Amino acid sequence: MIRAILLMVVLAFPAWAMDPSEMLSDPALEERARALDHALRCVVCQSESVASSNANWAEDARRTVRELISAGSTDEEVFDFFVARYGEFVLMSPRPSGSNWLLWAAGPIMLMLAGMIGFFYVRGRESALAPHEEALSPEEAARLQKILNE
Amino acid sequence: MITELGHFALILAFMVAIVQTIVPLVGAHKRWPAWMAVAEPAATAQFLLTAFSFGALMWAFIVSDFSLQLVTLNSHSAKPMIYKISGTWGNHEGSMLLWVLIVTLFGATAAWFGGNLPPTLRARVLAVQAAIGVAFFAFILFTSNPFVRLVVPPFDGQDLNPLLQDPGLAFHPPFLYLGYVGLSMAFSFAVAALIEGRVDAAWGRWVRPWTLAAWVFLTIGIALGSWWAYYELGWGGFWFWDPVENASFMPWLLAAALLHSAIVVEKRESLKSWTILLAILAFGFSLIGTFIVRSGLLTSVHAFANDPERGVFILMIMGFFMGGALILFAFRASAMEARGVFGLVSRESALVANNLLLAVSCFVVFVGTMWPLLAEMFFDRKLSVGPPFFNMAFSPFMLVLGLILPIGSAMPWKRARISRAVKPLRYVFVLALAIGGLAYAMQTGRSLLGPIGLFLAAWIVMGTIVDFVQRAGRGPDRWSRVLRLPRADWGKMVAHAGLGITMMGVCGLMAWQQEDIRVAQFGEPYDVGAYTLTLEKVNRYEGPNFLSTTGYVTLAQDGEVIAQLNPEKRIYPVAQMPTTEAAIDYDLLRDVYVVIGDEQAGGGWAVRTYIKPLTNWIWIGSGLMALGGLLSLSDRRFRVAAGARKSNAAPVPAE
Repeated sequence: MIRAILLMVVLAFPAWAMDPSEMLSDPALEERARALDHALRCVVCQSESVASSNANWAEDARRTVRELISAGSTDEEVFDFFVARYGEFVLMSPRPSGSNWLLWAAGPIMLMLAGMIGFFYVRGRESALAPHEEALSPEEAARLQKILNE
Repeated sequence: MITELGHFALILAFMVAIVQTIVPLVGAHKRWPAWMAVAEPAATAQFLLTAFSFGALMWAFIVSDFSLQLVTLNSHSAKPMIYKISGTWGNHEGSMLLWVLIVTLFGATAAWFGGNLPPTLRARVLAVQAAIGVAFFAFILFTSNPFVRLVVPPFDGQDLNPLLQDPGLAFHPPFLYLGYVGLSMAFSFAVAALIEGRVDAAWGRWVRPWTLAAWVFLTIGIALGSWWAYYELGWGGFWFWDPVENASFMPWLLAAALLHSAIVVEKRESLKSWTILLAILAFGFSLIGTFIVRSGLLTSVHAFANDPERGVFILMIMGFFMGGALILFAFRASAMEARGVFGLVSRESALVANNLLLAVSCFVVFVGTMWPLLAEMFFDRKLSVGPPFFNMAFSPFMLVLGLILPIGSAMPWKRARISRAVKPLRYVFVLALAIGGLAYAMQTGRSLLGPIGLFLAAWIVMGTIVDFVQRAGRGPDRWSRVLRLPRADWGKMVAHAGLGITMMGVCGLMAWQQEDIRVAQFGEPYDVGAYTLTLEKVNRYEGPNFLSTTGYVTLAQDGEVIAQLNPEKRIYPVAQMPTTEAAIDYDLLRDVYVVIGDEQAGGGWAVRTYIKPLTNWIWIGSGLMALGGLLSLSDRRFRVAAGARKSNAAPVPAE
């Protein structure tokens, strides 16, 4: 047990995501801050948002977010603050500006293209339907009805 | 000694694979039966040799042979046995060996159970499968050899990444690889059919079980991975849109599309060239997945052992197989004219819509995953694409897919009347709307996500059950006929219902989660939602290869204690890594998820509590999807009629 405690002291635990001491007392502001945490990337981590990361950098970022919004910054201003210092990489989701419109539009454009191809393919298959296959003739319908009635 | 034998067996398997690539292919071209017949024993030999090699590596891990570099880097003598074994594939080299083992396993199964395939097709399938094997044998032997010895073996190893020391994750990679590599069979069938120059209903029937199996394994693998992330990463996320997750999700989407379009090939002899293309692309995405994980090109929580040289090698493999297959496709696709005709409103069209949505949603995931790379290359912008983008750009496709699913699956083949298909579903639709509306009325001022999730789930689950029961027709002995419906119909119902249930879980969790972060004092209760939690004490203890700080939390509801939760914080001294072990009170309606944090300077401990509604349905739904796939796989027609190659369009089964 002594060895265990010693080891714990030696191997200092890294800070743990979102410490209660970081939180703002105003619940509305804190909720806004949490939303911002999720929209910012921890730039020293891999694939983690500021909200979920244990890294010291993320902790500092969380405190900065809270200082900024306590001082009255809007969400956009907070993003600008971080982008100015760490580049666009710090945003979890790229802004739909400049060349990024391509990213946002890629899905809808592809859907339209594929939808058109699909539609014409299906139309082609439909027109290959021979006319006599189109519907039952009156005699056929009568015979079918007779069989069904039996 | 065993290690050297394993290494030698691997080299031998490489040689056998080369022979199996060339000889049957030439034989099939020249119609020499003896040359074609080489494929089957070769496939068996290749599998046995690779299995021996893998077994040798596993043995080295079991006995902790630290003269092997790989064992030293990824194991430790104090590690529990199960993680010594799973350590075999918990690293780059070992996982590649598992990858290639599964390639040869699928090749061997095709040789053992492919007796009813035409000999030329079987020879070609096995040759293409062996060619994939050759590429990966070369990759392992030349860039990532697991059998490298150390001159001076150390006394002990450096331990496996503690995050990977978990039962959920121990079996996540094997399932995922079974899925990835299962798609190599679909690929081999597609390329063999292109070489043969013919695709017919029988081909659709042969390729479907492989796709189905691959899809089932992928489903299980992805679900295990996401379940692991949920309970292990310490804040209860289940999906991160991380490049590596996307890498497994893209093949899953395409495999789902492929197994639907293969039905159209099998039953209606249409969509042939599209199905071939899908089979090629689905395996292509498996390779891209492998490439993304190994190259370290995209940052990810998973990226282990990445190295540019290996990345380039896999890129070359990918270029060769995709380029070759697509060129072949360009030359041969026109030879595969569709036979079946169908109307604008028909099951075929519904399946075309299904394929469109799945393929385009896969494309969206692909663009989102690769965008950071593309933006940096072409626009000189360094940026990242995270969950908010995917949630917004991907989800609408799933919404539409969920909406049309019950209607599409109720339509008959060839020509349908929308009114007739919709008629039995209208009550279901109204009921589903009512359920969604009720959820909307009961929640307070939140997003529409939760109600939409419940509506979709009710619509899909009830719609698919109504359609299933309708299939048995009317009459007095209807219910006994329901029981005797083909397994494929059972599978369809179960898998579709599973999809609806998963959607419900995802939407419920995302819309209604509650979070609480606070400093808890011993013995002082606090409320989160409808629950009261009390931190009783915090203990420290020593595990086999870790040190733990454990909190004892009492969970109560309405004054009654419903659970004792022990959230843990562990530290693995050898790997110098901390992990969180969340304590979860599982329940079908909600999970209570408790994580213990640090001791506070002013007394007390930081504790995080989450209420996560409907979460378990995500994995129950995934399980149902996998079960549905297995039911379909056990359908009689795959066992009995698979051999009959029909010269004309198969008659439409009465459905």
